Amino acid sequence: MKKLAQMVILLGLSSLILIFPLFASGTPEQAASGTQKTVEQVQLNNNIPSGDLEIFSWWAGDEGPALEALIKVFKAKYPKVNVINATVTGGSGVNAKAVLKTRMLGGDPPESFQVHAGQELIGTWVTAERMVDLTPLFEAEGWTDVFPEDLLKLLGTDDGIWSVPVNIHRSNVMWYIPANLKKWGVEAPTTWADFLKIAPQLQAKGVIPLSVGQTWTVNHLWESVALGVLGPEDYSALWEGEIPWTDNRVVDVWRTFAKVLDYTNKDAASLSWQQATDMVVNGKAAFNIMGDWAAGYMTTTLNLDPGKDYGWVPSPETKGTFMFLADSFGLPVGVENPDAAVAWLKTCGSLEGSDTFNPLKGSISARTDSDLSLYNAYLRSAASDFGSNRIVGSLAHGVVANEGFMNDFSTVMEMFLSSRDPQQAANACQAIAIQNGMIR
Amino acid sequence: MIDQRKNTVISIVILLPSILLVGIFVYGFIGNTIVVSLTDWGHALGGLSLHPQKNFVGLQNYRDLFTNFIHGRFRQDLINAVFYSIILMAGALSLGFFFAVLLDRKVRGEGFFRTLFLYPMALSFIVTGTIWRWLFAPSGGFNIIPTFFGGEPVDFLWISSRKRVLSFNWQNIPQIFFTAAAIFFTVVILQQLITRSDKHRLRNLIIWGVSVLYVVVLHRLLPPILPVEELHGYNLATLGISIASVWQYAGYTMALYLAGLRALPESLKESAQLDGAGEFLFYWKIAIPNLKPITLSAVIVLAHISLKMFDLIYAMAGADNANTGHPSINMYLTTFRANNFAVGAAMAVILFILAAFFIIPYLVNTHREMR
Repeated sequence: MKKLAQMVILLGLSSLILIFPLFASGTPEQAASGTQKTVEQVQLNNNIPSGDLEIFSWWAGDEGPALEALIKVFKAKYPKVNVINATVTGGSGVNAKAVLKTRMLGGDPPESFQVHAGQELIGTWVTAERMVDLTPLFEAEGWTDVFPEDLLKLLGTDDGIWSVPVNIHRSNVMWYIPANLKKWGVEAPTTWADFLKIAPQLQAKGVIPLSVGQTWTVNHLWESVALGVLGPEDYSALWEGEIPWTDNRVVDVWRTFAKVLDYTNKDAASLSWQQATDMVVNGKAAFNIMGDWAAGYMTTTLNLDPGKDYGWVPSPETKGTFMFLADSFGLPVGVENPDAAVAWLKTCGSLEGSDTFNPLKGSISARTDSDLSLYNAYLRSAASDFGSNRIVGSLAHGVVANEGFMNDFSTVMEMFLSSRDPQQAANACQAIAIQNGMIR
Repeated sequence: MIDQRKNTVISIVILLPSILLVGIFVYGFIGNTIVVSLTDWGHALGGLSLHPQKNFVGLQNYRDLFTNFIHGRFRQDLINAVFYSIILMAGALSLGFFFAVLLDRKVRGEGFFRTLFLYPMALSFIVTGTIWRWLFAPSGGFNIIPTFFGGEPVDFLWISSRKRVLSFNWQNIPQIFFTAAAIFFTVVILQQLITRSDKHRLRNLIIWGVSVLYVVVLHRLLPPILPVEELHGYNLATLGISIASVWQYAGYTMALYLAGLRALPESLKESAQLDGAGEFLFYWKIAIPNLKPITLSAVIVLAHISLKMFDLIYAMAGADNANTGHPSINMYLTTFRANNFAVGAAMAVILFILAAFFIIPYLVNTHREMR
């Protein structure tokens, strides 16, 4: 009798095990023939938005006040809308992105969510046909004129424009402390050859020439080296898939990068970007290449005076090029309250909205007509470069590469940090570029 | 008889909901993961669309994980996982036994020490990880202890070191396996030759002889599994994480062993003493063999904990530190950051099989004991 019961249970369980996968995988082939894309365009109307508006972001803590200020501007214009500020904490959205994925897959998209503009959005959500094309909104609001053309190209694809940038950060900046450089008798290098010449002198004085932190800051350094060695034309061509990763010019990037790495700190993997910046501030290291949120950190947290206490130049050989990254808001397909979502996007792109948000966030506006008197010395210089320079996109922050490539690139970088083999790294990049659909 | 049948029916009815739930939410999803791992879901873009494209690709993902050079990190993760397991088990068992022996000597304040040693286990891995990350910071914690005695600070990089010892080339993996197999078979043949008067001797000789031939021939025929040399080995960066895990679980094994030692009959110790066995000989020859069931269950519990070190590593070294990687972290990144669901599922299945290696013997063992 006992045996029988056991048999029944065993049989039941095993048949469940066997049957479940069969019908769990029963829906897949439907979209197999869907080569033509269906692009949903945003509907503009004159309704007065009301109801709930959920804004999903990872702006809590230091960046919280900036978002609050932007929401205040929104509420003044659209008092009938009830804003739900849904934040998931964690730097660069590590946790927020995972939560967002489960919500989108579960059919519960927020009205608008924060996302790095460019391929990080396009590769994940646009190719999945879950975003609404915002081109009509851009035209109606006149944004095609006030946003730089290079920027619009990187925000969209052939099928449309997918998000509204609320801020612009610059990635290719080299930071230093002018007083320290004077003491050591060196000047900020303008080429990598210059850097490699002064680095041994600094090392002889017991100073680390260039500080880096954990892997993503190394990727961040890599993109600046790549832009410097390749120049803006070839750099953009690399991401367009026009130059293969195995091209000698790209292998040269890795060769230069290997030489630069010889002059960095050994404990990089256990440091945050703030700690790497600290090394420059307290004189342990001479230079640091980091995005311009470092300016916000040094100005606000460390109380340094931009231009006097700390200085900056474009990273070597990138003068005249502005490598940008941007936080932006998009409109998912099938949200409950599209009117309020469109109103929110209008606020994000408006002059008032972006000039309220950015001075607090420590970034500049994507609009070329913003009021510069609201910004500090560093941001003014960044804004004037943004208006005049050539604009290219960042790899480490998702403008030019999709999430799959970014993840695999970190792995390649870890391989390279151990092996220091430029050719192998270039081959690996070519392989992951093909695998992630970057080369068509 | 009718009563008994009625009992059976009732028991089945009572069990049915939980069987259904477990069937769907545990085994159903395990099955689904296996199916996903055999598709190409997420290889191309658009993996998150409403109706993602999934084509059956067989064992391609598994082949890639072991032989495609892009997945070199996964292979190092597997090797890390082996070392994490071995060091956690060896460390926690030996330290735990040592503490148990010390406490078994009826020291004063035994309860206090017992709690002290057991306490780390009450913490979650995230807490342990955060504390130990501070202790292992490159320019703080342990590294500055010598300065208290007027020495120079140590500059060992506990969790960010890139040094590697015991390196081997992944291309040689088949060779290593085949050589081991060939040696094993040859030893069996030699044994057969030595033992006489076996009526199956000839048959056995043929079977094992063919096996050796097979191994040797197949070995020659196989192409190299990787196009380029790829070194793997023991990453020194994992040492810090292993230390933290041993710290957390030594107290647990201590509690197990202490209970075991207390359960040993006093007469055993007395008779050993009468026979002239010293303390050491008693523990070595009598206590340890008698505690074998405890060791076994401790090994199994520790082994599966060592496969779940995700949070400890995440808190101590971060997800992107490849030197301290673990297959579970790699699986999380591949699935939820790179959107490559099929490869992530394949990693999950490999982890599942690894866990089964430890869990199944445990289940068999407890089942036998119940009889």
